[in-house]
Amino acid sequence: MIRITGDLILDGRVLLPDLALDCPAGRWTALMGPSGVGKSTLGRIVAGLPVAARLAGAADVAGPVTLMGQQDQLLPWADALANVTIGARLRGQAPDRARARALLADLGLAGLEARRPAQLSGGQRQRVALARTLIEDRPVVVLDEPFSALDAATRAQMQDLAARHLAGRTVILITHDPLEAARLCHAAFLLDARGTRPLALPATPTPRALDDPQVLAAQAALFRSLMPCAA
Amino acid sequence: MRGLIAVLVALSVWQGVVWASGVPPFILPGPARVAQALMDHAAMLAVNARFTLANLTAGLALGVALGVGTAVNLALSPAARWLLRPMLIAAQAVPVFALAPILTLWLGYGAPSKVVMVALVVYFPVASVLFDALMRPPAALDDLARSMGARPLRRLTLIQLPAALPALGSGLRLAAVQAPLAVIVGEWVGSSRGLGHVMLMANGRGQTDLMFAALAVLTAMGLALFAAAGAVQRLTEKGRPEGRPQAITTR
Repeated sequence: MIRITGDLILDGRVLLPDLALDCPAGRWTALMGPSGVGKSTLGRIVAGLPVAARLAGAADVAGPVTLMGQQDQLLPWADALANVTIGARLRGQAPDRARARALLADLGLAGLEARRPAQLSGGQRQRVALARTLIEDRPVVVLDEPFSALDAATRAQMQDLAARHLAGRTVILITHDPLEAARLCHAAFLLDARGTRPLALPATPTPRALDDPQVLAAQAALFRSLMPCAA
Repeated sequence: MRGLIAVLVALSVWQGVVWASGVPPFILPGPARVAQALMDHAAMLAVNARFTLANLTAGLALGVALGVGTAVNLALSPAARWLLRPMLIAAQAVPVFALAPILTLWLGYGAPSKVVMVALVVYFPVASVLFDALMRPPAALDDLARSMGARPLRRLTLIQLPAALPALGSGLRLAAVQAPLAVIVGEWVGSSRGLGHVMLMANGRGQTDLMFAALAVLTAMGLALFAAAGAVQRLTEKGRPEGRPQAITTR
């Protein structure tokens, strides 16, 4: 369980007042809301990364966290295999190359281990980043719009892969895409200057099918919540 | 091919000016005369060129090694940064060429004063360009190192240094431009050997053609050095599309 409470403050101005986010353990929770509202900042706070804003409150995070962002954060000079094993090497541990190869193969990148990021497509690079996230094997994962730069078909494919491989972990998914939240998440929050609002999602297992009527209904409801004038 | 044509054009303009203006050879010898001087004094020029080149490369190696060592130590140690950073900045304001007479006084007329001169000129751009780049790795990779719980030394070798290589490459190119200047200034101030010494002697004896011959050898040396530095720089940018050479902020 991750619990974030308090106000998020940037330069003396309250960005997000009265936060009350409960992200249940082993479940996926979506954070949605307008751009610049502070969703990514909350993700960075959960991941223990430095932020410009200040949280006047508390972020209780159970266990170590990995963050996967919109940028793939791959080392441009290293090949796919070296990028997947970078965590262990940065900590001075022996990299588990066999597991890295297995993960890459699992994600459909068998045979591409020696390619550098520049020689991979955007979708392939995000799969390398996903493998790097998975090999860390941490209980909490923050996904900050990881698939937003991909084309629709690749995105749907990446969503399925991520849902399958990260099932059972506590995941915070920051997204602008109502369909993504409706397919992948168990709970969702709308964050804006007025506060935190829980959003309704289907109770069925994830990843839900793209054409599931419940998913489409939830997507439409989320869309309405995201548009301030219609809300 | 284009370079060859440019050289031929320059040579013929030079010869044309000599013919048209009728300047005496002790003011401006034509290319043919200079080529003759090059051949007449080939052995002597070769001996002196070897002396100059040896000091040049030794100074470059020393300056680059010290510069890289300084940058890495500053990047790793906050205490060293606190102590040495202001000194590094202040030291850059010293015109190194003005130190040549002092170096000659301290280290004598032989090779050491020239090697140290070159090393000093090379040291500052390499140290400051590399240090700046080490301190500013791409933000995304910095986040990565942090969230992976990187050890400082591992972070340096796996992220900071590779990310800083293109900057080191441009520092080296800058050094390659400055180094031949430094070695010649060193020889002018006080030396009994080297191409700079040959130029001074030839000038004193009115052997303008020999002076130009020494200058030609020196130019060839500088071009070769610059080409080598360019090759090293291309090597440092291998495999990274976004690795454009960074702006050079030092002298």
